[in-house]
Amino acid sequence: MKKTFLDSFRRSIPVMVGYFPLGVAWGILMQKLGYNALWSLLCSVSVFGGSVQYLMLDFFAAGAALSTVAVTVLLLGSRHIFYGITFLEKFRSFGPWQWLLAFLLVDEVYSLDCSGERGEGIDEKWSFLFTGALCWSYWVGFTVLGGLAGELIRFDTTGIEFVMTALFVVILIERLKSDPSALPAGIAAVSCIGCLALIGPDGFLLPSLLITVAGLVLARPVLEPRPPEKEAK
Amino acid sequence: MRLPVTYSLLIVAVTVVCNLAERWLPFLLLRGREVPPLLHYVGGILPMAVMTTLVFYCVRDVSFACAGGWLPQAIAVGVTAALHLWRRSTLLSIAGGTACYMLLVQAVF
Repeated sequence: MKKTFLDSFRRSIPVMVGYFPLGVAWGILMQKLGYNALWSLLCSVSVFGGSVQYLMLDFFAAGAALSTVAVTVLLLGSRHIFYGITFLEKFRSFGPWQWLLAFLLVDEVYSLDCSGERGEGIDEKWSFLFTGALCWSYWVGFTVLGGLAGELIRFDTTGIEFVMTALFVVILIERLKSDPSALPAGIAAVSCIGCLALIGPDGFLLPSLLITVAGLVLARPVLEPRPPEKEAK
Repeated sequence: MRLPVTYSLLIVAVTVVCNLAERWLPFLLLRGREVPPLLHYVGGILPMAVMTTLVFYCVRDVSFACAGGWLPQAIAVGVTAALHLWRRSTLLSIAGGTACYMLLVQAVF
């Protein structure tokens, strides 16, 4: 158990570094809108999502209609449906824990969960749980810290947000090395570039994911491993 | 705080419900049922595609109008990838790539 925890902790360090500027900045912005650290605590524990929580700032500032809140959150969070599909069978095998694990499945946790095999002596269920819970606690901790003492933190963190990009690049390389085909990355890249060119940076994510999934479904005859008896020729 | 406490709480509540609904959706829909083969296939093939998409998501705001708008990202992604292909140490690749990016945006561009 100790080994599993340490392994999860080591994996989660880049996320901790990335959440620091993002979380503290969010806590400061909440404070500026008149919502103290208790509000930050409430939102971060119950929502746990960087992009959604940045949207909430607009909701609070503008007094958005609840229907607007619902539609915007559903649109922005729709990628999580795809994350759930990847771990559907795995998490279901863990019984009631599946609900907590599914809630914790944000971009960063999904990436860590996708990265490589867990080694000898690592309990898979607890590895997923520790990874998710650690990232959750970093997020909660840093957003509350931002609300409490954000103004006191003064060192130039410009550019530190690249830590998330680097994390995703590294995990992508790992997948390219371990998976049998690089075609899914190619399909996704073409879809992203197309949607970025046509739609622009603000709304490209969901259409791009939908096109990618459609492309993956079309490529199924090529990508899906054939049953062993057909491979032996 | 421009909004009343109750309305602020309502905003949080609606956000939580919509957020949870999406994260739980596949688990709720397929509760107690076999996962269809197509979904099993998509789930297994998705990680590489999602990682690619997330990389593009991170650099979505690059601008090709001037070198400072895209070159730091391009160099830092290159450094991260090169470090990783060379040493294959996750933390080293991430730390090196990020340090390179911070240096570039703070001191060079």
